[in-house]
Amino acid sequence: MSDTQNLREWLLSDQPSSRRHAVLSSWYIGWLRFRSNTLAMVGLGVLIFLILAAIFAPLLATDDPFAQDLGQRLLRPGTDGHIFGTDGLGRDIYSRILYGARISLYIVLLVMMVAPLLGLIVGTVAGYAGGWIDIILMRITDIFLAFPRLILALAFVAALGAGIENAVLAISLTAWPPYARIARAETLTIRNSDYIHAIWLQGAGPLRIVTRHIWPLCISSLVVRVTLDMAGIILTAAGLGFLGLGAQPPSPEWGAMISDGRAYILDSWWVATIPGLAIFSISLAFNLLGDGLRDVLDPKDSGS
Amino acid sequence: MPSIPPWLWKTIATLTTISVTLLGLLFVTFMIGRVMPIDPVLAVIGERATQAQYNDTFIALGLDRPLLVQFWIYVRDALHGDFGQSIRTGQDVSSDIARVFPATFELATLGTIFGVVIGVPLGVLAAVRRGTWIDQVARFVGLIGYSMPIFWLGLVGLLVFYGILGWVSGPGRVGIFYQGIVEPITGMLLVDSLLRGEWDVFKSAFSHIILPASLLGYFSLAYISRMTRSFMLEQMNSEYIITARVKGLSEWQVVWGHAFRNIRIQLITVIALAYANLLEGSVLTEIIFAWPGIGQYITTSLLANDMNAVLGGTIVIGSIFVGINIFSDLLYRFFDPRAK
Repeated sequence: MSDTQNLREWLLSDQPSSRRHAVLSSWYIGWLRFRSNTLAMVGLGVLIFLILAAIFAPLLATDDPFAQDLGQRLLRPGTDGHIFGTDGLGRDIYSRILYGARISLYIVLLVMMVAPLLGLIVGTVAGYAGGWIDIILMRITDIFLAFPRLILALAFVAALGAGIENAVLAISLTAWPPYARIARAETLTIRNSDYIHAIWLQGAGPLRIVTRHIWPLCISSLVVRVTLDMAGIILTAAGLGFLGLGAQPPSPEWGAMISDGRAYILDSWWVATIPGLAIFSISLAFNLLGDGLRDVLDPKDSGS
Repeated sequence: MPSIPPWLWKTIATLTTISVTLLGLLFVTFMIGRVMPIDPVLAVIGERATQAQYNDTFIALGLDRPLLVQFWIYVRDALHGDFGQSIRTGQDVSSDIARVFPATFELATLGTIFGVVIGVPLGVLAAVRRGTWIDQVARFVGLIGYSMPIFWLGLVGLLVFYGILGWVSGPGRVGIFYQGIVEPITGMLLVDSLLRGEWDVFKSAFSHIILPASLLGYFSLAYISRMTRSFMLEQMNSEYIITARVKGLSEWQVVWGHAFRNIRIQLITVIALAYANLLEGSVLTEIIFAWPGIGQYITTSLLANDMNAVLGGTIVIGSIFVGINIFSDLLYRFFDPRAK
């Protein structure tokens, strides 16, 4: 008991004894602020739950998500050990939802790796270089920002062919502009600060200044924005899946599952309804988490 | 030589922005058309054509010229409203779009009206009664709207209001018996049936549109009420509101006469953006409700590998989107002296 008490005191000390101490205590204070936001904690909880469900899908699933059994088709939830019932081909919906979580998280991870990085590069280069490079890059950003996201993603997928990776690419190509704007705005405020001049005088080149000294300061506002955008990205991905342009059958992608259930909506409501609830829960979780993170990391625009 | 007056300078700058953005849109669709794996020549002549026919079409389509020249021709045609022929319908893409667009326009407009009529008062109330139950309701409504897949809500709406309760009509634009009765004037069935005095058609059309329109309306409501709330909060915390209260004005006067007056311009910007989003959001809704609009046109063409139609539709929606964006930006600059 006294150990945890000491740890807490050590973390909350206002005179950090080392760099690591300072970093840890600022993380801890952020965590305390985050923890006091109940809704954000709910979001985090749902997300952790979904991640665990995705990791342990093979253990938790009661059936093979691809195994068809036409004798068992369209069973109501709860019959014969099918918690969420079965779909039009007799596949267990519960098991498919679990495996579908893997696909959703896979899409989220891929978009998270591509879009913010692209935005970060464009935004910081534009902000740091200034002049013509800035004007051209920002004009391109504005052009992409003015595009309707889903329609453009549709056109990209049409050109590249349907599939998860192409859907991710299409979504990333339409999702980066806001990140570029944020990164540029941050860069402009940092660019002329004394510490950047100091590093410059020490002989650091532009590449080093941008990647080592500007990027880290853009991260927190990007994290907030990415988390808040993730809900929209999941919805777009599910929409593409629903239209048959994302994950291809028989893959248990949630949007595609809703599309399958569309034919039976009036008689067998669960086939389309349950994957929809899954999509809803993951995007709600990201929205709640994003709101909470914004309060911790970016208090100046918290939407109170 | 007289110096250029600032307003002229601004007009030139705005016109440049518009043309550069539209050119960018055309460039993107042009590139998409070029990288796609479907051979545009084979799409026209079919797979059994001879090599000579292939070569002729290749040249007729201008594919032998340099890319830059091809792009120039593409832009020139697009500016003339020529997006080529649709392989699926065999007609000009532009005339196809002109035929299907009014249906989308009707749906998105009605949706936006719902969103404004409910969303604005909800946002204002939430800001004025901050922290009370109404504020929680507004927040909840917004959160759900931001997290719900629209196509799923459409299906559930169909299940509940059409399948179980039977309050509204099912998918489609009008009952099967009423199809083709009304000669189009504007292409918007609700308006046309009223103009022609076809009361029964109007009733049928209304009972078909009400569900998809309120669904779209819900999504714009979520956005509009959230923005209204934050604009109003900013106003309600200003000092002139205290002055107005000290003067003894009624709360109604303070809220609607003072605070709300000052957010009108910002609000119009938000509503314009919500409207642009609805035009796009209607793609998925149209699929669910079998609504014969531009969204359904694009998706059906997409599944039929009809690239001219897909890209034409993308350009039209993209241009409207760009237009609304720039319009709201201009409006803001024109009416808000602080932005000058």
